[in-house]
Amino acid sequence: MWEDKEQKGLVFPLILVILALLGGVAEAALPTVEGKADVWKLVTLQSYNSRLVILSTTLLGVTSGLVGVFLLLRKRSLMGDALSHATYPGIGLAFLVMTFVGGEGKWLPGLLLGASVTGVVGVSLVSAIRHTTFLKDDAAMGIILGVFFGAGVAIMKMVSNLPGADAAGLDSFVYGTAASLIFADFLLILVVTGVVCGAAILLLKEFTLVCFDESFAISQGWPALRLDLIMLALVTAVTVVGLQAVGLVLIIAFLIIPAAAARFWSHKLHVMLLLAASIGGASGWLGSGLSSLLVDLPTGAVIVLVAATIFIFSMLFGFEHGILPRAVRQTRLRRKVGRQHLLRAIYEILESRQPDTAEPVSNLPIDLVLLSHHRSWSPAELQRLLRTARGEDHLEDELPGRVRLSESGFGEAARVTRNHRLWELYLIRYADIAPSHVDRDADLVEHVLDADVVRQLELELQGRPVRMFVPPSPHLIDQPSG
Amino acid sequence: MKSFVDDREVPSAGRPEHPDNIPLSVHDLTVAYDRKPVIWDVELNIPEGKLVGVIGPNGAGKSTLLRACQDLVPKTSGEVQIYGKPYKEQRKAVGYVPQRESVDWDFPVSAIDVVAMGTYGKLGWFRRVGKMQRKFSMECLERVGIPHLADRQISQLSGGQQQRVFLARALAQDAKLYFMDEPFAAVDAATEQAIVSLLRELNSTGKTCLVVHHDLASVTQYFDWLVLLNMRVVASGPTDEVFTRENLQKTYGGKLSLLDDVADRLRNVGR
Repeated sequence: MWEDKEQKGLVFPLILVILALLGGVAEAALPTVEGKADVWKLVTLQSYNSRLVILSTTLLGVTSGLVGVFLLLRKRSLMGDALSHATYPGIGLAFLVMTFVGGEGKWLPGLLLGASVTGVVGVSLVSAIRHTTFLKDDAAMGIILGVFFGAGVAIMKMVSNLPGADAAGLDSFVYGTAASLIFADFLLILVVTGVVCGAAILLLKEFTLVCFDESFAISQGWPALRLDLIMLALVTAVTVVGLQAVGLVLIIAFLIIPAAAARFWSHKLHVMLLLAASIGGASGWLGSGLSSLLVDLPTGAVIVLVAATIFIFSMLFGFEHGILPRAVRQTRLRRKVGRQHLLRAIYEILESRQPDTAEPVSNLPIDLVLLSHHRSWSPAELQRLLRTARGEDHLEDELPGRVRLSESGFGEAARVTRNHRLWELYLIRYADIAPSHVDRDADLVEHVLDADVVRQLELELQGRPVRMFVPPSPHLIDQPSG
Repeated sequence: MKSFVDDREVPSAGRPEHPDNIPLSVHDLTVAYDRKPVIWDVELNIPEGKLVGVIGPNGAGKSTLLRACQDLVPKTSGEVQIYGKPYKEQRKAVGYVPQRESVDWDFPVSAIDVVAMGTYGKLGWFRRVGKMQRKFSMECLERVGIPHLADRQISQLSGGQQQRVFLARALAQDAKLYFMDEPFAAVDAATEQAIVSLLRELNSTGKTCLVVHHDLASVTQYFDWLVLLNMRVVASGPTDEVFTRENLQKTYGGKLSLLDDVADRLRNVGR
């Protein structure tokens, strides 16, 4: 799977950077030396109590990160939210049933089973509404989320008023209490993590296909609905085991933030999966570690805030979609385009001074006014371009009101002009594009031409008499007057 | 008003005698969304090895016909047979090129990944794309002329290149019958040429292609069989027999300006 070495090399350092960054933040946030020592004790799992909690939330982060990628790509992000809210009445109902049959009302597996049942019912209703009415997913999810949560609140109130039943603590499923996790919970999370990872590995191909092109998948005979259900089952499992630790309100952040953050870094699905799992895991680890230091803050909230920090970092710096790398690429391209326009403009003016095409073009100083007319640049724009060109040693020292290419600048100008014309010729010959439209296209495409393409163009265009190093323009260049 | 069915010139309607040789046989097909029928009583028999153009105005049910043939939309009535059997038994004989806008091109996969999806059907559950499938997918990309873009992320491809990726994916299905939904929509001239030569190549190896098409001017150049569709089949047969002014008028109705345009084009074709 790892064909792209560049990507492979990037992922692991990236994870380290993120971890180091968060460690640094955590360390800086704590004023005392003792506090700092505590952080590292926690992060390195030296204290037993927190070890269990930290491992549990880390695993939870890893699984929800993985599942979240498929939810995100299936454009069902909010499904997780509808599902988690729909689990609430199930907890109350399960408690009620278990109390009535005379068992321990707060037996956890029973409560989680109840949660799963109403969760699945809620999500099935969402898809039933979508399939049988004109309402779309968003409306259906809003309805189900509100109604089920409302029902849950009502049931909880009724349950707590029930004589002889001790329902205290059931409402902890709303915000989660990670500190109350015990070894059995950890085992449960471990099992779910194993199942989710196994399913993600086994069904990667199938999930990818259904997420990308459902129609095509169905036409090939893949049971899209059943695959969706499996995906949903995984989401349900993660949600339900996450209820105790993060609570049903925040689990959606667990599912979506790592996946969304990973999307900023990579175009490759397997890299994205690894990254989302790592980001989820790191958030769980650092978040629960931090929250056990800052005693009054609930774990779920701190984990989500840590995840949000990573998300913002990814949004700003992600290689593929991050805001800054994009801005840098844009700026670079703009400068490159500007530079090439300037050089070509100068070359075209020099060429027009040389009516005899057999003679080589000679490098003479030219008037700035002439230059700015040639491409209708504003004086400020032209000055900016000239400054950049001077910085690159493409221009000779300043002459008042005139400009002259340096030796390297002249060579570069000839090269740029030649590339441009070859491209124009190519477009005219091979694609049915009207010559009057070519100039514009070429202005953009020229900048992606590399040496190989240029060589190929030269070969393909050999039939055309090329009298000199720079072939003549295939269309009339607007001659500036004067 | 005269019924379209009465004066249909095509003899091939009705159940064929040897259905196993018929790539696509549609009998009495009606598809309705909600209350509104989209296609009515469609009868079609497409002979093997034809390049078939499916033409008709917007909303004529061209895409729906293709989708109904592949069980992608529920049939209100009627049946579809692919080489004499229902679609579900013949999936591996069918390749599909959906409309380009039907998917999210920002999806995190590369061109070769998408092409390899064509091999999934034969791979089956759980098995990964191996060396053989990758090599075959690469060959398919070569056949559409963009092997150098194999590792490009699909959002970084031009519209024409994306269309070629979709075609390559259908090639990777290694089918006998291809359904193509507007492969020529909004592609550059070079891609159009590439698609045309690909269609000819498929045709020369005995494959059958049903292509939803919009540009009436190029119909006679590209296709040797035509299905004129406007909710029902107006005509189906060899291009030189059914591409007549009369049939076009029935297909496109009273849209006079369009008809004049078509008439002009017909005259040009006649030259």
